[in-house]
Amino acid sequence: MTTKLFGTRVQRVEDQRFLRGHGRYVDDVAVGPTTLHAAVLRSPHAHARVLDVHVDDVLDLEGVHAVWTYEDLADLSTAMADPLPLLIPHPTLTHGRTQYALANAEVNYVGEAIAFVVADDRYVAEDAVGRIRVDYEVLPPVVGIDAARAARNLVHEDVPGNVGARMEQSNGDAPAAIAAAPHTLTLDLTVERSACQPMEGRGTVARWDPDVNRLTVWTSTQTSTGVRAAIAVKLGLDLGQVDVVTPDVGGGFGVKINHPWPEELLVPLAARALGRPVKFIEDRREHFISSAHERGQVHHVEVGFDDDGRVLGLDVTFWHDHGAYTPYGLIVPIITSTQLLGPYKPGAYRVSFESLYTNTVIVTPYRGAGRPQGCFVMERTMDAIAEALGKDRAEVRATNFIQPDEFPFDQGLIFQDGRQLEYDSGDYPASLEKIKELVGWDEFPAFKAEMAAQGRQVGIGLACYVEGTGVGPYEGAHVHIETSGKVKVATGLTTQGQGHATVFAQIAADVLGVPIEDVEVVTGDTRRMAYAVGTFASRAAVMSGSAIHLAATRAREKVLRIAADALEASEDDLEIVDGVVSVKGAPTSSIALGTIAVLSNPLRYAFDEQSKLATQFSVGDPGKPPVAEDDEPGLEGKDFYSPERSTFASGMHAVVVETDPLTAEIKILRYAVVHDCGYLINPMIVEGQIHGGVAQGVGGALYERMAYDESGQLLNASFMDFLMPYVTEVPTSIEIDHLETPSPLNPLGIKGAGEAGVIPSAAVFAAAISDAEGFAITAMPISPSELYALRLARSSKETS
Amino acid sequence: MKPAPFDYVRPGSLDDAIVALAGDPGAKVLAGGQSLVPLLSMRLAAPSRLVDINGLPGLDSVEAGPDGVRIGALARHADVLASDDVRRVQPLVSLALADVAHATIRNRGTTVGSIVHADAAAEMPMVLRLLGGSVDVAGPSGRRTIKADDLFVGPLESSLHHDEIAVSAFFPALPAGAGVAFEEIARRHGDYALCGVAALVTDDAVHAGYLSVCDVPTVVDLTGVADGDLGDAALEHLDPGDDIHASAAYRSQLVRVLTARVVAAARRMAA
Repeated sequence: MTTKLFGTRVQRVEDQRFLRGHGRYVDDVAVGPTTLHAAVLRSPHAHARVLDVHVDDVLDLEGVHAVWTYEDLADLSTAMADPLPLLIPHPTLTHGRTQYALANAEVNYVGEAIAFVVADDRYVAEDAVGRIRVDYEVLPPVVGIDAARAARNLVHEDVPGNVGARMEQSNGDAPAAIAAAPHTLTLDLTVERSACQPMEGRGTVARWDPDVNRLTVWTSTQTSTGVRAAIAVKLGLDLGQVDVVTPDVGGGFGVKINHPWPEELLVPLAARALGRPVKFIEDRREHFISSAHERGQVHHVEVGFDDDGRVLGLDVTFWHDHGAYTPYGLIVPIITSTQLLGPYKPGAYRVSFESLYTNTVIVTPYRGAGRPQGCFVMERTMDAIAEALGKDRAEVRATNFIQPDEFPFDQGLIFQDGRQLEYDSGDYPASLEKIKELVGWDEFPAFKAEMAAQGRQVGIGLACYVEGTGVGPYEGAHVHIETSGKVKVATGLTTQGQGHATVFAQIAADVLGVPIEDVEVVTGDTRRMAYAVGTFASRAAVMSGSAIHLAATRAREKVLRIAADALEASEDDLEIVDGVVSVKGAPTSSIALGTIAVLSNPLRYAFDEQSKLATQFSVGDPGKPPVAEDDEPGLEGKDFYSPERSTFASGMHAVVVETDPLTAEIKILRYAVVHDCGYLINPMIVEGQIHGGVAQGVGGALYERMAYDESGQLLNASFMDFLMPYVTEVPTSIEIDHLETPSPLNPLGIKGAGEAGVIPSAAVFAAAISDAEGFAITAMPISPSELYALRLARSSKETS
Repeated sequence: MKPAPFDYVRPGSLDDAIVALAGDPGAKVLAGGQSLVPLLSMRLAAPSRLVDINGLPGLDSVEAGPDGVRIGALARHADVLASDDVRRVQPLVSLALADVAHATIRNRGTTVGSIVHADAAAEMPMVLRLLGGSVDVAGPSGRRTIKADDLFVGPLESSLHHDEIAVSAFFPALPAGAGVAFEEIARRHGDYALCGVAALVTDDAVHAGYLSVCDVPTVVDLTGVADGDLGDAALEHLDPGDDIHASAAYRSQLVRVLTARVVAAARRMAA
């Protein structure tokens, strides 16, 4: 009996492979012993003119096949001499700039690619890189938001004030509302840079096949279709000449949605020029200094509120550090500026930001994509209001919540996708009750007093967020039922560990009435699905999950149509159970899906048992063509899902911390999460996403940062000094409760869950540490050393 | 992250190893490789020759006798940590080893290698010095013993000659009635400590050893210092620095906190 798989804790089908070391990542792609290996010369300066690059010594090195600088690119392919694409332009991005695949006369961050070497192996390639000599004229660097705003030096000569974009949105007259409010506060809040740091860095392998004039590229990306289009344009090829295959990907977290990276173009270019497969595998130091960062923002808040803590007017100005270039447009600050509102409905809201150039690594979305900063700003503001009024922090939040009967709720702003910021559904008061219960909010004051009596300092924090997930424009799916009865599902977006092979199979198996073992899912292969967007913005389950549901439904319709003919029954009387279609109540009148697949194709060579079985059925009218005009051979279904707008998931985190009165160490005593992503396809996988998100959030709040010095050198470009938390640093248990408020926007009632776990981390830890310490934490991340410094500053202020 | 080219030799005898080392002024000894190999991969070091001593016989012993603990050059941290005899004869060695990096590093890294690497942020050089231990080395002109006080001459610099190989380290036994303790604070479990302190309390003396708050492993005599002044007294001999993980002021605070804790713990053990 086939039972419904949607909503159950199905074991991940991919884990056996991953856990046994059978994953196939881009470095595992076997393109043969003739493969050449690439390495990149990167700028040691944050800002410099490149006067000359001397490569003569290197060409003679044994084992070196090519050494390219910017000067070589135009001859290899005209479009390669142009800057890399600006993927998402925006009218307010008045001064967008992108880098060249190899630096054209100027470098703007330590790590920018200058020369590309292809050699017999990576050792020789690195030897060659070490021998290239470059003449630089070092220019003064701009590092950090303060320096960018001061604009004493410019990153790009033709960008005044280092301002790439200035954007403002408002709903109502916030300044007037604040001026008229009985209470006002101002806050200055800072979040520092961090980065995705997937375990697998970037990597690309390419093979040019001269017999068919065709390029195959394997790349560790979050969008195979995007990379394919970029390569085709840049190499002067037709789309039909380029296949991009995404193998297993060892984590993305956002950094691999930006594309094309210089090497994603240079590797296929070299494969074509040299007539041999070429591979580039980024190393960890390269990942730190040449792949994207995120999070660095400084915010100024003015808020007016009434005696109950109701926000009457909220006015936020912030400065976003986007690094040296803007290939991904303004997505991150736009998300901060809109998603900052969370579950609340201020009386009036105005937000403006400047997106600033600095001589540092580019900034593109990192899991959460601007939301962690927005959540930090809003939640610190809520805590400040509660503090000012002497009210319970949860109560102030509840006062400001959008109520369940107010959905759909229009926030009066334009979201990242250019559409209205309209929340589809949610129940924030119910979530608040659950999180208070889960973490013991009401009992905490007694616990705190008990700890204080023992000389221990504890604090509790609460943070709420709303996340727009499942952004469009579309995603598609193809479902093919083979004559073996096996179901092959293809969707074009990529997978990087989320468990898509499991949840997508659950969805298809439910529609088609087959065991999950009979469903195989392929993602991120342009040969199987040429039209797709990518995996980001917590969109895979919503977009491809819905598309797979629709495509499988189409396949099911065809199954039932053919089966009805074969069994001489009405479609309405049929059911599919365990891969067999039968007449309800008459189980002997049945036909297997594989047999239907044979019947769907009039070319019936009897290769297999299914074909022999099919001969007992006669289908169709002998007076008509074997394939009807509006039909096609084969048992397939294809469909696309394109939603009106994003669907808005939500959640609340609470944490209890203990801060050591002497050493300022911060210990996590308890971590609780209430999460609402609509109907859960697989609760175990959603919980896994939350666990991973919380772990990453602990890193962002308490450990990780990009330590740039004044000259623009990244001082901690290794896992020894960039402190990604170990398992010993993350909470030993995370208490989770779910709420399931379905989305009305898709057929499955689901919302995205991928990023949620990391969004409230900075906010919730800042709140808990503030509660433990008795003063407000306004900058994150925070280390024990910084907490100690804050204590010293505070005690010296008190004594003076 | 690929090393520059180097010659590699794996001698079968100590004499051959010394010859291989002496024959190339750019040669380096490879034992556990937990410090050297990352330096090679990042091209921060580019020795012309690696003399891999992992094939040398008889250097992997861990012996604990009434006088103390002798650890061979190829004994891994994990082997030493697993020895109950070591823990009994000189518990400070075991206490500190538990905080040396992570299990995977302890499985491969050697205690003697860590000592002669002479990192002032490492546990075992400081422990050796606090306990008044020594290292036996072999070179072209024979063997000699270097006392810990004479071993650490600068940051990442030992007094071994280029053509000498450390063959063992000796940690004196804990005297009857004495006590030891160790504590460190690191940003993450297993990281280099922001500050680490060990204490040795005997009948008539109190000494503390420090890591990460001085250029070389440093021992301070705290005999007769009042309990409330221990950390400040120690700080007069230390030089905590600023880096991206902690300020000098914070490290000084850790010196105060940890010194008080470990001296008290060592006293409890001695009592």
